[in-house]
Amino acid sequence: MRMPTPNDGLLQRRSEIVDRLRGVVPGPGVIGERDLLRAYECDGLTAYRQVPLAVVLPSTTAQVSDTLRLCQEMGLKVVPRGAGTSLSGGALPLADGIVLGLSKFNRILDIDYDNRCVVAQPGVTNLAISQAVTERGFYYAPDPSSQIACTIGGNVAENAGGVHCLKYGLTTNNVLGVEVVLMSGEVVRLGGRHLDAGGYDVLGAVTGSEGLLGVITEVTVRILPKPATARAVLVGFPTSRQAGDCVAAIIAAGIIPGGMEMMDGPAIRAAEDFVKAGYPLDVDALLIVELDGPEAEVDHLIGEVESIARQQGAVSLRVSQSEEERLTFWAGRKAAFPAVGRISPDYYCMDGTIPRGRLPEVLTRTSELSETYGLRVANVFHAGDGNLHPLILYDANVPDELERAEQFGADILKLCVDVGGVLTGEHGVGVEKRDLMEYQFEAADLEQQQRLKCAFDPDGLLNPGKMFPKLHRCAELGRMHVRGGKLPFPDLPRF
Amino acid sequence: MTVYHPETTEQVCEVVAWAAAAPVPLRVHGGSALCRLGRPVIAEHDLVLSTLRGILLYEPEELVLAAAAGSRVVEIEARLARNNQMLAFEPPDLGPLLGAPAGQATLGDIVDANLSGPRRVKAGAVRDHILGVKVVTGRGEVIKAGGRVVKNVTGYDLPKLMTGAFGTLSVLTEITVKAVPAAPETNTLVVTGLDAPAAVRALTTALQTPHDVSAAAYLPAAVAQRSSVDSLAAAGESATLVRVEGFGPSVAARSAALRAILESAGSVQALETDDSKRVWREVRDVALLTTDQDALVWRISVPPAAGAEVLAAIGAALPKSVESFLDWGGGLIWLAVPADTPGAGARPIRAAFAPFGGHATLVRAPDSVRMVEEVFQPTSAALAALTDRIKTQFDPSHVLNPGRVRATASEIPA
Repeated sequence: MRMPTPNDGLLQRRSEIVDRLRGVVPGPGVIGERDLLRAYECDGLTAYRQVPLAVVLPSTTAQVSDTLRLCQEMGLKVVPRGAGTSLSGGALPLADGIVLGLSKFNRILDIDYDNRCVVAQPGVTNLAISQAVTERGFYYAPDPSSQIACTIGGNVAENAGGVHCLKYGLTTNNVLGVEVVLMSGEVVRLGGRHLDAGGYDVLGAVTGSEGLLGVITEVTVRILPKPATARAVLVGFPTSRQAGDCVAAIIAAGIIPGGMEMMDGPAIRAAEDFVKAGYPLDVDALLIVELDGPEAEVDHLIGEVESIARQQGAVSLRVSQSEEERLTFWAGRKAAFPAVGRISPDYYCMDGTIPRGRLPEVLTRTSELSETYGLRVANVFHAGDGNLHPLILYDANVPDELERAEQFGADILKLCVDVGGVLTGEHGVGVEKRDLMEYQFEAADLEQQQRLKCAFDPDGLLNPGKMFPKLHRCAELGRMHVRGGKLPFPDLPRF
Repeated sequence: MTVYHPETTEQVCEVVAWAAAAPVPLRVHGGSALCRLGRPVIAEHDLVLSTLRGILLYEPEELVLAAAAGSRVVEIEARLARNNQMLAFEPPDLGPLLGAPAGQATLGDIVDANLSGPRRVKAGAVRDHILGVKVVTGRGEVIKAGGRVVKNVTGYDLPKLMTGAFGTLSVLTEITVKAVPAAPETNTLVVTGLDAPAAVRALTTALQTPHDVSAAAYLPAAVAQRSSVDSLAAAGESATLVRVEGFGPSVAARSAALRAILESAGSVQALETDDSKRVWREVRDVALLTTDQDALVWRISVPPAAGAEVLAAIGAALPKSVESFLDWGGGLIWLAVPADTPGAGARPIRAAFAPFGGHATLVRAPDSVRMVEEVFQPTSAALAALTDRIKTQFDPSHVLNPGRVRATASEIPA
C-alpha cells in the first residue's frame, strides 16, 4: 500500500517533537516509547501496519485543540483514532505522523429524555449509549456489528451502519450535533439538541469524512423509544433469485422491515455448523425478515410476509414464537464472520452496495470470479438496504493468496459500481478502497471533494493517504480554468 | 438583465462557466416563490431551472426516484402516489404563505432550502433523503456525488452539504431521492384546550412512547379556529395534535394506546383520514398562522421540550399581536410578528432561545427588511470563516446567489 512519503526531517526530530507534545498533554498522555507504540500500529484492517511517530491521548477539548495547533505549526501529520475497529484502515498510522487517540473521552455527558437525545464524549462505545438509556425504554438505533467495542466518535467519522439502516438510517441520520476541532485548533460546534443544524450542513459533511476534516470531541445523538415488540421470519429458498424476488415483493407491499438479511449456501452451512441455529441446509438462500414496532402491526405484517414468501416459492418458513427463538434466528447471521473464520485460515470481508434488484446477477458473477481466482466465497447481504458482504476465503500463508483475494475483492467492488452501486456501504474507503475511487468517480468529482478538505485543512495534515488516490495541493486545486467571456448559447429562449 | 432557462445540465454549465469567467453574479432558483427565502440576491442575470424538468428514473421496488431539479414537487408526489409511495420528509408548499400560487415549488427549491414538514420528527429532514446529486459548481464544472443506494459511505457526503445551501455552492441539476411506502391509514388525536406548556408536555409524552408518532403539533385557539376542519374551528379552543400513520390494525391499536395516555392531559377527540390529512396539510404549509398579509414570519428550531418556554419568552418581549404555533413536538416555532416590529424582532427572538440552542430564520419579509436584518442565525466567528472557505472552494468567483446566505464583503455593512 502506497502511503505519503515520510518526511525524514520530522523523523529525525522525533524526541524533540515528543517533548513538545508533552508540553501540551502532560504525563502518560503522550506515548513515545517504541514498544508501547506497537499497540497502535494497525486497526481492524490488520494486513497493513505502521508504527506511528508518537501517540497522543488528550483528555480535554482544549488539549485536542492545542495538540492540533502545535501539529499544524510543526507540519506534523495527524491520524485520529477511536477504538481502532475500522475495517478499511481509516486509523492506519503514518511513520512521520502522530496518532491522536480519543479513548480518554469516555463519559456520557447528559441523557435528555425530554428532547430524546444523549450527549456523549467520542470515546463512549456505541453499545454503552443504548445501555445507558435502556432503563427508560430507549435505544440508539445504528448498530454496527462491532458495537460492543467501536466508539461513537469513530461511528461519526465513518458514518457507521448496521443491520437496521433501511428503516432507521445510518449514523448520519441519527446525529443531532457535534463539537469538532479543526486542524487549526479552532473549535466549532455544529447542531445541538434541536432538529436541523442551520447554515450549510457542515455536520452532514463531517459525518463520514473518515477523520480527514476534523477531530470530533463531543456528539449529540437522537435516541428512540424501543419498539414494543420484534419478531422474525426465517425463510429458505432454492435460489437466491427467488429470495431476491421475495425482498422486492415485501417492499412493493409497502412493508419496511426493521432488518432483512440474506445468506447464501456457503454462509448458511458455515453458520449452522458453528452455532446450530436450526437453519435449513437444503436451501441456497436464507432470508431473515425482522418486523419491529407495535404488537398489532408486527402481528399483521408477519402474516403478510408469510404469504408473500410462500407465493415466491419458499421451501421452508418459520416464524419466531418467542424472543429466545428470534435471537436464535439471528445468532447464525451474527456469527457468520467467525463461522467462516472456522472453515478458512483467513477471510477478507467486502462491503459494496448494489440496487437490491441486481443481486442475482451480482451473485452469479461473484461465483464465476470465485472460480477464476480459485478462492471460495460466502455471501451475507443486508438485503433491505442492498449492502453486500462477500467473504473471500484465503490462506495468508500461501504465497500470493492475499494478493489474489484483494484482486478478487476489487473485481467484486467494480461489479457493484457497474450495476449502479457503490464501493462501500458502511466500512469506509480508508486505505483499502482508496485506489478504486477513480472507478466510481470522475476526476472532477474527486477534485471537488478534495477542495472541501482544503476548506478544513489547507495543508493536508489530517489523515492524508486515506480516501483519495491522488494527493493534490490546495493551491493547485484552486486554479480556475477560465474560459472566454462570450455569452452562452445565444439561441436559448430568454425573457 | 437576462433570464436563462436551461433545458440541460450542459446548458447550466455553459451559463455558470461564462458567469464565473466574466465574472457576473447569477440569481439561481427554481422560479417559484421560494426564491424569496434568504437574503435578497443582487445579480444582473437570472438562471431559472424550471425548464430543467422530468423524472429521470423511478424504480418503486428499489425505493428510489431521480428527477431533474426543476421538476415540480407536486408532479413528483403525484407520480409516487400512483405506486402508493411518497417523499417521507413531507415537503411544505410555502407558495401561498409567500404570496404566490400553490404547487409551484420545484424539487431543487425544496432541497436548496432543506424544507421539511411535520413528519420531520419521525422520518428526518430533506437532507436525510437525498441519495445523490448532479450539480454544476461555481467553477462551471459538472460533478456528481452520492449515488442511488441508501447505504453509501463512499467519499464525502456532498449531497448533504448541497442540501440547504440555497444554491450558493452549486446549481443542482439532478437529484436522487429516497421514496418510501405511503401509509394506508392516518389518524390524528386532538387534545383540546391546553396551554402551550401543557401541550408540549403532552407532545413530549406521546413522542416518548413506542407508538411511532409521525407528527406532533400545537395550535393555539386563534390559529386552530382558522382550520378548514370544522371540529377544530368550532371548538374555539387550542388543539394539540398527535398523528399516527401506518397499516389499519396498527393505527387502530396505537391510537387507542395514545388516547389512553393523552386523556390524562385533557379531553381527546379523533380526526379520521380526511380531516387528519387536511389539518396536517394546513400545519405543513403554515396556512393558519396569520391573516395579516404584511406580518413578518419567522421559523425557529429549538430543542423540542423548550418550545413553550421559548414561546413565552418571545411573547414577553414582543407586542401582544404576535401569533404562533408549534410543530415537531415543540421543536419548530412558526411566528408572525407585525410588519412594523423594530428590527423584525430579531434580537428578542434570538435572545429567547439562546439559553437552549437553536436557530431562527426570517422566512417572510420585504426585500428591504431581509437586506438589513440577519435572515439566518449568526454563527461563531470560526464557523462563519469555515462557511466562507467552503463557499470559496465551490464558487471561487462568488457568482452563485451571492449574499443569499451571508452578506458578501462588497456589501456596505448595515
